[in-house]
Amino acid sequence: MANVLNKVKGWFVNGFWKTFCVAWIWTLLCKKWIWQDFCVNLLYKKFDKWKAWLYLAPAIVLLLIFTVWPIFNTLRMAFWNKYNMLQEIGGTLKFNFGVQNFVDVINYQRFIDCLKTTMILCVATVPISTFLALVIAVCLNAIKPFRRFLQTIFFLPYVTNSIAIGMVFEAMFNIVGYKAIMNPDGTFSHVSVGIINNIIGIFGFEPINWINQGSGYWQNIAVLIIYIVWNALPFKILILLGGLQSVNKQYYEAAKVDATPRWRVFTRITVPLLSPMITYVVITGFIGGFKEYSSIVGIFGEDMQAVGGKSLNTMVGYIYDSLARNQQGRASAAALILFGIIFVVTLINLYVSKKNTHY
Amino acid sequence: MSESKIVTMTEKDMKKVTSRQRIVKIIVQIGLYLFLGIMALIVVFPFYWMIISSLKSTVEYRLPVPTLFPNEIIWKNYADAFTKADLGQLFMNTVYVGIVSTILSLVITVITAFAFARLEFKGKNLLFTLLLATMMIPGELFTITNYVTVTKFGWIDTYTVLIVPFLVSVFYIYLLRQNFLQIPNELYLAAKVDGTKDLKYLWKVMIPLSLPNLISITILKMMGAWNSYIWPRLVTTKAHHLITNGLRGASYLDEAGQTNFPVQMAAVTVVSIPLFMVFIFLRKYIMKGVSRSGIKG
Repeated sequence: MANVLNKVKGWFVNGFWKTFCVAWIWTLLCKKWIWQDFCVNLLYKKFDKWKAWLYLAPAIVLLLIFTVWPIFNTLRMAFWNKYNMLQEIGGTLKFNFGVQNFVDVINYQRFIDCLKTTMILCVATVPISTFLALVIAVCLNAIKPFRRFLQTIFFLPYVTNSIAIGMVFEAMFNIVGYKAIMNPDGTFSHVSVGIINNIIGIFGFEPINWINQGSGYWQNIAVLIIYIVWNALPFKILILLGGLQSVNKQYYEAAKVDATPRWRVFTRITVPLLSPMITYVVITGFIGGFKEYSSIVGIFGEDMQAVGGKSLNTMVGYIYDSLARNQQGRASAAALILFGIIFVVTLINLYVSKKNTHY
Repeated sequence: MSESKIVTMTEKDMKKVTSRQRIVKIIVQIGLYLFLGIMALIVVFPFYWMIISSLKSTVEYRLPVPTLFPNEIIWKNYADAFTKADLGQLFMNTVYVGIVSTILSLVITVITAFAFARLEFKGKNLLFTLLLATMMIPGELFTITNYVTVTKFGWIDTYTVLIVPFLVSVFYIYLLRQNFLQIPNELYLAAKVDGTKDLKYLWKVMIPLSLPNLISITILKMMGAWNSYIWPRLVTTKAHHLITNGLRGASYLDEAGQTNFPVQMAAVTVVSIPLFMVFIFLRKYIMKGVSRSGIKG
């Protein structure tokens, strides 16, 4: 009995503010008119107001758990020195503010390598794929027969599984056979080939070790660039062609009357009129490029490197690796850095495009 | 008056096209078709290579100069692919997760979009703006905490963990709400006057009118399950893996310890063919969904 009394007393003293809140709400609710109003609302009159929240409830609950909470929690984990999920669940960890995670991430050579690979892929693939998509879209817009057919073909890579087609590219660039070549001194040596090496051989190039054991970093990157550009084309063509078809034809008719050369029409009419679409395509291209991950797994497997080669891991790959190693703090710090980079690049793109948008 | 004059002038000019100009035009057209044809070949070639490689024997596949069509068609590669990558089990997992998550997601999306489009409540616009704002944040940021959350819930290595975290998509809610808003409000008020219940109205009027969008959402959701790779690998073991995990995680080595590429290509073909089917029969809906997200998103 004394025990219980002590407990109640302790609760009153320690949790006084809680008690105060509860009592206050209780007094309010006890007032007769509030009760009445609440019941009437619920049962008859203003049920609509509550109904909306009823309809929204599932979405809101799920969003709170899986979208809103992560936004705060990522910040919390990133600025929590030496955060570890298992220790936190075990309750042995106290919040400890600091930027140690960021320092660790930036000082970590593997992270710098990941950042470098990601940057190279981004800077190379976005301009190439945008330019190619623009040229293809303009050409598609200039023809009549077979346009729909070609349009469908160019959209085909969009609905593929990037891991699966990555494995096809692996097979295409892989060394599968051995070709005997006679050396000047009469001996034979074996040169490896594959379908791509055969094709470039037609144009007189030497076979290259693209992705097999002992292949160089830049050869690997070249394969990745080709694959990512191939994969990025359909979306860009779709958006740019949609933009082209909504351009007012009068500009082109005016140019025709003036006998403007085609190149001038392209640079002076098409590109400026398409600039909002181009901006959009470039921004989404950069965002996608900074999140590049599964295409590398597709070609190089889950190790993300050629056998014995340099790691081709990207920033997203680094985040997932840290997560799998139970370093959620570092993963959060890296994710925030990634978010920051994407944000800044998007702002720069918007700023540049605002300067160059012509209407 | 003056406008019609200009039109007749240009038409007159058009008629004066000399034969030389016509030849230039034809050459340009040929150039265009040549360029587009080559690009189309490059785009299609990996698919072609995938299919013919999956039908070759290992010996033929390893020839120094590859053949462009298999001399002998080996269907057994497909049987090997099913056993080596355990595609049957993975296929069932993927279909189960895809169907359950699509149905639940459609229900939630429809009632949420309905509330935002038709019902009045305090803070509606603020809430909707906040929802749209979350679309800016990259998904990786959510994944880290969600991994911790599902671990705490004890959901690791279940079907639940593959379904629940992705049920609500702000983009789909947005898409459907815009669609619902286009349906005249008078219809809703008339139904109310007649004493029709909200849910009945939703079922009889709004869902049929926004069917194309619902189909787009269904396709994108199913394709999402079919293509998801990172999250299943992170939170499940082999028993609950989805098809893409099995595809890359399987070992395609032959007796000599070398990769058996024909079998690997057979597995890839099996995974790709449903996507092609969807593409061929439902292309309209996919392209619509993509271009809409492109222009409005």
